Parts: sequence; structure tokens; C-alpha cells
Amino acid sequence: MDPVTSIRPLLAVAVAGLAALAVLLLNNREKLRDAVSPVAAIAMFAIVVSMAPTVLAGRTVDLRLFEILPGIDFTFRVDALGMVFATVSSLLWIVAAIYSIGYMRHLKEHAQTRFFACFATSLAAAVGGAFAANLFTLVIFYEVLSLVTYPLVYHHEDEEGWTGSRKYLVYLMGASKSVLLAALALTYNIAGSLDFVAGGLLAQVDASAPLLTIVYFCYLFGFAKAAVMPMHAWLPAAMVAPTPVSALLHAVAVVKMGVFCVLRVIFHIFGTGLVDGLGLGIATAYLVSFTILMASVYALTRDDLKARLAYSTVSQLSYIVLGAVLLSPVAMVGGIIHIAAHAFSKITLFFCAGSIYCASGKRNISEMAGIGRRLPWTMGAFFVGSLSMIGVPPTAGFVSKWYLALGSVEAGEIAFLIVLLVSSVLNAAYFLPVSYVAFFGTEAQESPATVREIPMMTIPLVATAILSVSMGIFPNYFLALAEGVVR
Amino acid sequence: MGFPLLSLIVFTPAAGAAVLMVLRSDNAVRWTALGVTVLDLALCIAMLVGFDTSTHEMQFTETRPWVPALGIAYALGIDGISALFVFLTALLGWICVLASWVAIERKVKEFMISLLVMQALMLGVFCALDLFLFYVFWEAMLIPMYLIIGVWGGEGRVYAAFKFFLYTLAGSLLFLIGVIVLYFHGGETFDILALTAQDLPFRVQAWLFFAFLIAFAVKVPMVPVHTWLPDAHVQAPTAGSIILAGVLLKMGAYGFLRFSLPMLPEASVHYSTLMLALSALAIVYGGLLALAQDDLKKLVAYSSISHMGFVTLGIFALNLRGLEGGILQMFNHGVTTGALFLFVGLIYERTHTRSMANYGGLMKAAPVYTTFLALFTLSSMALPGTNSFVGELLVLSGGFAASMAVGTAAILGALLGAAYLLGMYRKVALGPASVGVRYKIRDVNAREMAAILPLAVFVLWVGLYPKPFLGIIDASVKHLLAQVHAKESGQ
Repeated sequence: MDPVTSIRPLLAVAVAGLAALAVLLLNNREKLRDAVSPVAAIAMFAIVVSMAPTVLAGRTVDLRLFEILPGIDFTFRVDALGMVFATVSSLLWIVAAIYSIGYMRHLKEHAQTRFFACFATSLAAAVGGAFAANLFTLVIFYEVLSLVTYPLVYHHEDEEGWTGSRKYLVYLMGASKSVLLAALALTYNIAGSLDFVAGGLLAQVDASAPLLTIVYFCYLFGFAKAAVMPMHAWLPAAMVAPTPVSALLHAVAVVKMGVFCVLRVIFHIFGTGLVDGLGLGIATAYLVSFTILMASVYALTRDDLKARLAYSTVSQLSYIVLGAVLLSPVAMVGGIIHIAAHAFSKITLFFCAGSIYCASGKRNISEMAGIGRRLPWTMGAFFVGSLSMIGVPPTAGFVSKWYLALGSVEAGEIAFLIVLLVSSVLNAAYFLPVSYVAFFGTEAQESPATVREIPMMTIPLVATAILSVSMGIFPNYFLALAEGVVR
Repeated sequence: MGFPLLSLIVFTPAAGAAVLMVLRSDNAVRWTALGVTVLDLALCIAMLVGFDTSTHEMQFTETRPWVPALGIAYALGIDGISALFVFLTALLGWICVLASWVAIERKVKEFMISLLVMQALMLGVFCALDLFLFYVFWEAMLIPMYLIIGVWGGEGRVYAAFKFFLYTLAGSLLFLIGVIVLYFHGGETFDILALTAQDLPFRVQAWLFFAFLIAFAVKVPMVPVHTWLPDAHVQAPTAGSIILAGVLLKMGAYGFLRFSLPMLPEASVHYSTLMLALSALAIVYGGLLALAQDDLKKLVAYSSISHMGFVTLGIFALNLRGLEGGILQMFNHGVTTGALFLFVGLIYERTHTRSMANYGGLMKAAPVYTTFLALFTLSSMALPGTNSFVGELLVLSGGFAASMAVGTAAILGALLGAAYLLGMYRKVALGPASVGVRYKIRDVNAREMAAILPLAVFVLWVGLYPKPFLGIIDASVKHLLAQVHAKESGQ
């Protein structure tokens, strides 16, 4: 069917970009400045969702801006895969924006203007990437995202912040200025274009199998935001950032941009047929399975709550890639909807970690005994998020894991079914003790009465917990989009 | 022959220099120099507006007999490749004047005269269609550049100027021998187009190729004849560095494009592997050297060696993408590295130190300065969305097509580029405020902004919409490629 031409993809990006500008201009008027982000987030979500009916009907929304190089245009195209990513990001920006205000005000953080401006720009980059119609456009937004999140990561500007943010940038820039750059140049050489094509751009041309294999792995490791081992070490290092930033990195924008790029390459640059023909599907599946299990083991050993969550993210991201490379339609659907499922649940968990820190100043799980009685809403939401991470019905995580499990059976790869089961057990092993200790542990010493819920943080985290459950009960929107990608 | 626009472009700065001689006050000298260079830029823009991008033929040609007995003529003309560099020269010209506004305190008049004469000669090199005229411009450039470094340079200026002079002179002598050989083998004419049409035997081509290679390699500079560059850059005043990096380094690459490739096509193809290897060596070695620097100016100087390696790699990939990327990268390097030298100069004027160890946390003291520094740093490391990325992608694409090994080496250079440039930015702009630098330093003022902004525009313009720039060179590059490969397949 013919694509619809509309300015809305650009508008969605522009809303966030203008919001960043407005934040900078309103530097001295704190209340007005803080109002900008939630308002822009709602506007962006509305614009994104307004395109959903078109996309669900199997059409795309296109906007071709201009030619960059022969075969490469600056073009937006909203399709089902981009819609999944954009819906998740713009929806979660609304809650994250409100939560950030609560967090930043409570801790009286410095450089709030820079913080909110970078935050808004990172959303512009994420949605721009989601709507990019070719690798060139996508990579521009990908790099913008790396850059604007860098000041967010070094936000505290202390020794720890500089070290962690340095690692963050070294990994992301190092990967994109080496293997990713090579992959782009080689793809442009082989295909004469960098467009996303249904069925795969490279599937249309003749190229030697070894060369294609090299290009494929260059992409897989070049998009370091996807955190496939060994390109994962930046993620725990970036934990030095303020908690709303961690939520942004883990749920809303950064890592999702990484896996989104990997899925784009698998579906629309190589095409599932070519990935299968080269025998790369199973190879990648083993690689990411290793990541899934190793990262879970790392998570088990971490006492710092945010570090545990970080390794959990490394593990969960590889679920998404695993779904894609199993190459069975059901598994692919599972991988795609796990983008949303993981986002809703992981943002809940990070919000909870931030809420605990703001209320009590505690970071380590071993210090959180009995805190559930002080922060019942927070820890309740944490429990819901944990269940979704483990994949317990009726949460969002259950739906995606169900599809993943079914998909690995359909693909005839029972080994990966076992990986899924083992990792679910590991998930339970590192998440459930947190809730258990919080509710049933005894406090070492009576905590002061100031340890109580902060409404501006509690409301967003309860909202995302509800989202995690609702997606489990009503997964149809994301399922329909995912089926649109696979079809 | 119509209106002599090119003569006007070339001689406007020279005429301006003559006017400066009679002026007395330093301020009048500064404003006049600025006026002349802006006028020259306006003429260049008029030239680009009237430029026909659909043909590879020379345009705006002028021919007057000069020494008919020897076949020497005063002939000017430009094709797409020279048009781009005429524009770049004029674009950087007035920025050099702005960069010297307060930095040059003594002998202002003499400095501005040198600057304007230099600009006239550089424009002459890009416009000349007569080999003798070309050589006159080419050699004459040495004098004002020698003065700019040797008189207004830093403490080691005499040594640096002398080294610069010796290296380029040695190269030029070989070039002169080449020119004479070409004259006698090519029908006793200095007409560049006529010489290009000649079919020289391979033996002659090979000898000439190496004579030209040494001459041009010194200018580019290619490893191992690069050692004059860091000395010259470190000692030169800011405007001198901008001219050196922005335009002079392009002369060598321009020589390859104007002489080696079209006149010696078989030798160019035959020795292309050697050239690719030398380019890869320059990319990696230059990058490693840049990584080891503490002096800001040396870092940018060594990064130039690496970046010019990308240019020669693109050129000697001898395919469309490589050539277009290489030429675009010449323009980009002029804009970006010119800007980086400007930025080093701006901060040096304030702190009188170039050692990165003395810096840190500049973001707090000078937010506008550091924001634009970030833009040019990212441009220099070829971040997607900036000018250099378009060129780099084309060069790599062409490089990989020519040789996987050379392409891989270039990727290593790109990675090194990210390492030393981001490292530089982190040390200067971020981190805890350093004690070594006296605060508070002043952020950029309006005059400095006027020099920065146009360059920033080109970073993003070429990065997102390079079509007009590629459009200028496209026909000429295709013609050049046809010349190289037609004679090759004609064997």
C-alpha cells in the first residue's frame, strides 16, 4: 500500500528539540522551565500515537527531506518497528519527566537546566532514530543520543562521575568510530544505498558470504548501546548518573536505541532470509545466550541495587536480540514486544531505586531491610516490576517471554528454551530477595520518620507498575505492531 | 574572453596590500585588510553563482601571451576542483585577518601585507592554467609564509621557518626539474591543458611521477617528509596556522589532482598501491603521534597529517567515491582544522599556555567557547551529521573498494582520531577546574564570534546537505577519472 506523506514524524522530533531550547531559555524561571518537559512529552506522545492507526493498517508515514549522497537521503519513515520504539519512549518520557522534577528538586541537584535540556534532546534523538528510514539518518540520531546523554552521565561532576562517563563515551564512540563505521562504508559499497528495505537491503545484491558475515558482526558490536558482551561494560559504569538518567538509559532511550538498531539491521538491512542463509542466526543466538546468563550471574553478586539492575538490563536486552535471531515469526514477535515489556518494568525498578535513595539515602540492598514498611507503594511497585522481569503472569514480561519460549520451540532450538528458563530462575534469585528483605527483614535500627514516600516520585512509579501489568493483560497494541514487522 | 573575474579575484588582495603600504594607523590597516578580504570573498561567491556545474571544461578562462618565444602565457581558468579551493581560500582569508586582530601587536602593517600577498598567491596557484605561471605562484608563496612564521612566530620561529623553507624548497626543485622535463616531452608548451592531452611514454611518466610525488608529498605532508609541519604550526601565529592547515596543505593534494593523475595516468595507476600504503601509514602514524601530544597545537598539527592521509587515500583509490570524498575532505579539513587552530589561538591569547595539563573545566568559565569547540572537535573526529563524516564515509567506501587492508588501516585511524580528539576536549573543557590556568578568562566576543560562526555553518551544511559541494566537483571528478582510466585501458 502507498505510504502516507506527513510532516508528523518531523514534528514529533521537533517538539522535543524545541522543548530543550525552551528549557535553556527559561533557565532562571524554575517553575515554568520544569513545566516544559511534561507538556512536551504529552504533545510528543499524542503526535506519535496519531500515526498509529495508519501504521497498524499496514501503511507507513513517510517524509523525505533531502538527498545527502547518491542513494542516501535524509528521510523519515514510520513503520511498525519504529512505532514500537517511539510509543514506548514518548509514553515513558511523560512519567520520567514528572519523576525527574521530583527527584531533582528533592535532592536540590545542581545544573538542572542542563539536565532537563539534555533529557529532552535525548528524546528527540530517540524518536528521530525510531523514525529514520535509512542507516545514515539513524546513525546521526544514534550519535546525537550518545553525545547528549554524556553530560547526563557525568552530571555529578565528581571523580566517580568523570570516570564512569569516560568509560561510557569510550565504549560508545569507540565502537561507532571503528566497527560501525566500517560496516557502514562496506554496506554502502556493496549495496550503493543504506535504505531499510523489507526483506533486507543486502539480500538484493550479490556479495561474498565471508564479507557479509564480517559486516554483520561489525553491526552487532558496533551498536554498542545494545550491550551484547563484551560491549556491555559501559552500562554498569554509567550507573554513576542520577537515577532518572539511569531510567532514561535503561528503559526509555539509550539501550533501546541499541537493540532497535540491531533489529533494524537484522530485519531491514540483511533480512531474515539472508541471516538464515549465512547461518548467522544460531551463531548470534549462542552469543547472546552467553550474555543473558553471564549478566544474570553478575547481577546476583551485586549488592548495590542500581548495579544489580544494570546487569539485569544487559541480560534482558539480549532477550530482544535472541528473539530476532531465532528467526521464527513467533520468537521475533516476542523479541519485539520485549522492547516494551522490559521498558515498562525496568523503568519501574529504577524509579523505585531512586525513590528509596531520595527517601532514605540507601543504595545497597543489604541496608534495605524493613524499608517496605516505610515505603509500601515504592516496594509494592518494585515487586510488580520484579515479577514482570521474571515473567510471571499477568505481567508484561510474561507475554514476551511466552512468545520467546514458544518461538524457540517453533525454531526447533530447545537449547534456548533452557536458556530462557534458567535465566528466569536467575532473575527470580536476584530480584525476589530484594522485596523479601524489604518487607520481612527487620531494620537494624529504627529509621527516622523522614523516610516516607515522595508523591512526585511515587505517582510515576506506581503508574509504570500499572503499565507493566496492563501490558500483560492487554498486549494487543504491541502484538499487532510486532506482527506487522514480521509479516 | 569576457570579464576577467579570476584576475580580479587573484589581484584584489595584492592591490589591497599595495594600499596598506601607504596607511599609517594600525586600525586603518586592520579594517582595510578586512574590507579587502571580504570583498574578495564576495567576488568568489559571485564566481560560484556563475559557475556551470554541468561541465568539466575550464571556466572564466583568460589567456594573454606573456613570453611567446617559450610558450609561456598568462592563462587563468578554473574547473570544479579548483573552484572549491578558490572559495575555501577566500573564506579563510578574512578569518585570518580577524584572528590576527589583536594577536599581532607589532608590525601590524607588514603582517597584513604578507597575509594579503599570501592570499593572492594561493588564489593564483588554484587558478593558473599555465605551468610556468603556476610555478611562479607556487614558489612565491614561500616568501610571505616564511615571513609570517619567521617574524611573527613564537620563540623557535627562526628554526621552524628555516625548516619549512628547506623542506618545501627541496620539493620544489624536484618539481622544477619535472616541469622542465614535461616541457620538452610535451611539445615545448607550458599550457596545462595541452600537457594533459599528451601521451607520455611510461618510463617518462614514472620518473615524473616520483619527482612530483616528492614535491607534493612534502606539502601534503605525507609520512616520512612531514616533520616540518609540527614545528611550523607550533611557531606560526594563529593566522599562519590557519593558512598552513587550511590551504597550503591542500596544495600538495591539488598537485596530485592537477598534474599526477591527468598527466601521468599510467604511472598513477601503477603506483597507486604504493600511494595507498603511504596514505594508510600517514593516517595511523599521524594519529598515534597526535595521541601522544600534550601541546594543543601539536595535537591539531599531527591530526592534520592523519586527516590528509584520508585525502590522499581517497585520491589514489582512483574511484569515484574515493576521489569525491578525498576532495570534499580537503575542503572539510580546511574548515574544521582552520577552526581548531583558531580556537587554540583564542585560548592561547588568554592563558599563554598550550599545554593540556594546564587546562580543565573550561566549560564553566567559557561556555560559548567550549560549545563551539565541541562542534569542531566532533567535526574533526567525523561524527555523523558533521561535514567530515560525509567525506570520511566516501573515502572509506572508495578505500575499501580499492583495498580491504588499506580500508582497515583507515578505520584504525578513525578510531585513533576519536581517542585523541575526545581526550583533548575532556582535558580542556571538562573535569575539575585546573589550577594552572588563571581564571576568570573571558568568553568569546563579537569579533571572535564573527570568525567562528561561518565555519560552524559549513560544518553542519556540508554534514547534512553536501549536495551543492559535491555538485561543484562532480563533473570535473568524473572527467578526471575518465582521463585516468581511458589511457590505462587504451594500453
